[in-house]
Amino acid sequence: MRVLFEKTQALTDVPFHYCPGCTHGIVQRVIGEILEELQLLEKTVGVTGVGCGGFSEQYFNVDFQGSAHGRAPAVATGIKRAHPELIVFTYQGDGDMVSIGMAEAIHAAARGEKITAFLVNNSNYGMTGGQMAPTTLIGQKTSTSPYGRQSEESGYPVDLPALLCNLKGAAYVATVSVDTPANVLKAKRAVRLAFKAQIEGLGFSLVQFLSTCPTNWGLNPVDSIEWMQEHMFPEFQMGELKCPETFRR
Amino acid sequence: MEKLFMKGNEALAEGAIRAGCQLYFGYPITPSTEIIEYMAAHLSKRGGTFVQSESEVAAIYMVFGAAGSGQRVMTASSGLGISLMQEGLSYMAANELPAVLVDIMRTGPGLGGLGPTQGDYFQATKGGGHGDYHLIVLAPDSVQEMADLTATAFDLADGYRNPVMILADAVLGQMMEPVSFENIHVHTYEKPWATTGAKGRQRNLITSYNLQNETGEIKAIHLEHKYQAIQEQLQWAESYQTEDAEYLLVAYGTSARVCKGVVHALRATGVKVGLLRPIALWPFPTQVFQSYLDHVKGYLVVEMSAGQMIEDVRLAIQHQAPVSFYHRQGGMVPQQEEIVAQFNRVFLEGGHTS
Ligand SMILES: Cc1ncc(C[n+]2csc(CCOP(=O)(O)OP(=O)(O)O)c2C)c(N)n1
Ligand code: SF4
Repeated sequence: MRVLFEKTQALTDVPFHYCPGCTHGIVQRVIGEILEELQLLEKTVGVTGVGCGGFSEQYFNVDFQGSAHGRAPAVATGIKRAHPELIVFTYQGDGDMVSIGMAEAIHAAARGEKITAFLVNNSNYGMTGGQMAPTTLIGQKTSTSPYGRQSEESGYPVDLPALLCNLKGAAYVATVSVDTPANVLKAKRAVRLAFKAQIEGLGFSLVQFLSTCPTNWGLNPVDSIEWMQEHMFPEFQMGELKCPETFRR
Repeated sequence: MEKLFMKGNEALAEGAIRAGCQLYFGYPITPSTEIIEYMAAHLSKRGGTFVQSESEVAAIYMVFGAAGSGQRVMTASSGLGISLMQEGLSYMAANELPAVLVDIMRTGPGLGGLGPTQGDYFQATKGGGHGDYHLIVLAPDSVQEMADLTATAFDLADGYRNPVMILADAVLGQMMEPVSFENIHVHTYEKPWATTGAKGRQRNLITSYNLQNETGEIKAIHLEHKYQAIQEQLQWAESYQTEDAEYLLVAYGTSARVCKGVVHALRATGVKVGLLRPIALWPFPTQVFQSYLDHVKGYLVVEMSAGQMIEDVRLAIQHQAPVSFYHRQGGMVPQQEEIVAQFNRVFLEGGHTS
């Protein structure tokens, strides 16, 4: 029998706990497939923050450290400085990275820390039940913006990749999604190049995934994808925001 | 034996490097700053790695990452900076990550001042962060001990897989004394649990995430047993002129140095008094106190705080003799004559004991 499809070796056999229609699982598979493709499984250490993505420490089949809410880039810095020969990546939610962990994220990028950060932006705090995040859209209802986010009260959504582009230490920055097969391919390219930037020692790399949270959005999986396409895609600058010249085809 | 004339903070940093400290992460704060400056000047030149972090929060998590990857790593700070590290210390204790952390105390609460104090005793020995955990806490009283105890701290950290804190005050950090490093050597420990890339082995996972109460209890019992073992094995105090002592002074750090002068002064007047100086503050040397219980008539605890270690002393002697207290605060150091006067008032003139 010819094998047409196999689960990547980069993921363990622990079943994903994610809600139906949540794109966290697809994002982890994309990252895992690239880790395997680049033959990094035996020299990678992953780091999670806290949030639904925190469970990924059970799923990625590589050495892993579970850090505190927001602190993964600092932990990753410690690992990478201790073992510069290793490949180190972080996996964080938008609350984790863009709110409580903003300082660690920006400074890791500013130092040009040779790590790769993955930011899964679902425009709310998934794990704690759908509260407002810095990425929540204007007018979006969450359990702590029950009448919709108002800019007078809570300011405006933060697009972290767009911010980090201005830092010399950031080598590769992209925002992608995994809503369609075509976008999954684009996401894989971004993940590949983000790791390449690290392997070549060019500096900090970041890939933001625009992601769904059907449970807290109160939408079914299909409607969630449509809501994300309609509302989130226009808000966050998509594509490669910063790419080394040598990576361009 | 070659001796160098160094500041306490510098001796501590040099001791760490000689004990094999490979990485230093930190944020500047007086009165600990000489440590970060010494590391910046020397560590990378001697094959290590130095990073100035954006905050103490980041520093402790960098320490977390490097410790989890199996390297000898250290940070240092003072009061408020140590407060910012508490979440990370709890995480490190939970994950049993070995590292050395230094608190050159400054006065608090709040921004406080830069003078010598011992106001962080509770924070250091009673947890400080959330959850049921302990740091091992060592308290030097000389520049030589700033170096020696730091080297020991790395071995204790690796041996017990637990963060170890050096708790010192600004006098010890800033003063200069001759110091020798000849007895400091690198000891290496196997760390099969470290995340170093899963080459040819099962992957290693360092995590304190635990949503199942049953496994939570197993983990808690494991830590409890470890702390019990440390309490039994690490009972560490200096007994100074205590053999025939009818009274004991109890003090650590700079307060203990002053108390040695008090012992001499009182003995010159014929009083049989000695000093018990806890070197490990956690675990507290309770067993050392036991051996004095039946012949000591009174204890005088001297601290640069409103009274923190005195609680552990009281627990250790179980109300078997009066315990009195002398203290200065806010950056003021207790003076020898003041302590002598307090001693005479309480124990010889039959005054009030607390
Ligand atoms: C210091 C601290 N504060 C608060 C929390 C509670 N908490 C856990 S997950 C989370 C939000 C996670 O949201 P996000 O990072 O967006 O990830 P998601 O669950 O949406 O994937 C919060 C606030 C915590 N774990 N630690
Ligand atoms: S709560 Fe939201 S982010 Fe978390 S698993 Fe469910 S859908 Fe995904």
